[in-house]
Amino acid sequence: MLILTCPYCGVKADETELSAGGEAHLKRFGPGSSEDEFEGYLFVRENPKGVHFERWRHSYGCGKWFHAARCTMTLEVFGTYPAQTFEPPQDIKDAISAKRPNWRWRDFS
Amino acid sequence: MSELAKVTRLALRGMITFRGDVSSARVKKAIKAATGAAVPKVRSISGNRDGGVAWMSPDELLLMVPYGDVQNIIADLSKALVNDHVLIADVSDARAVFRVEGVEAAQVLARVCPVDLHKDSFDIGEIRRTRMAQVAAAFWRDETGFEVICFRSVADYVEALLQRAAQATPVGALGGR
Repeated sequence: MLILTCPYCGVKADETELSAGGEAHLKRFGPGSSEDEFEGYLFVRENPKGVHFERWRHSYGCGKWFHAARCTMTLEVFGTYPAQTFEPPQDIKDAISAKRPNWRWRDFS
Repeated sequence: MSELAKVTRLALRGMITFRGDVSSARVKKAIKAATGAAVPKVRSISGNRDGGVAWMSPDELLLMVPYGDVQNIIADLSKALVNDHVLIADVSDARAVFRVEGVEAAQVLARVCPVDLHKDSFDIGEIRRTRMAQVAAAFWRDETGFEVICFRSVADYVEALLQRAAQATPVGALGGR
């Protein structure tokens, strides 16, 4: 069972209390963008074995969206952080580096 | 069959949803004046059933007041916060309130909610919004049991659920005694 700590209310929320929101840190490409950019925004997703960044919503609790960094292979959670950011905060990156040296996910490492 | 706790459905209670910047001094003052209770800290509930404030999310509070006073309190709050960007809505008729009472009341809730209800993790004065079997609910602990609130549209389901969970013998992590 996946347990994520909501960064807004501090509740250790069980997976069944949350809604999954897909991959985190997507940059939107809308009208005026190239076809490749739009395709990437709409369809191209990471499917890593290891470190992954996801969006989650504490839907049965405070209702807020947040981001989670976790390992898809071991279900280990490296940390959660508020969604108002374009990239993972340094302490989350450090926590991942401590457990998974040389990790890489899209442009982050 | 023995019962772990007594489940009763309570009368409608005056409830007002408040959304806005709950850290602002003007909002804090207006809420205190309206309910007699202070704006609670994260995950907390303050006051009592005749004037209570529950923390629902970083920008949302639930004010609990006597049913008959709701309209006056909304009018007072709206007047006091006329220059602030806030939402104040009467949700009294959209909620149902239950009481789960008895020494094993925590076990009844533990059967239907993914929450650690041990006294060390969840004590008096805390409110928890969570999933209760298939629907959303919130509850808080007091000296003799729990009060549970949910949407009135699912009140019959929640009542049957709690009644069923209250039957039979203690099981699980909270069963040790």
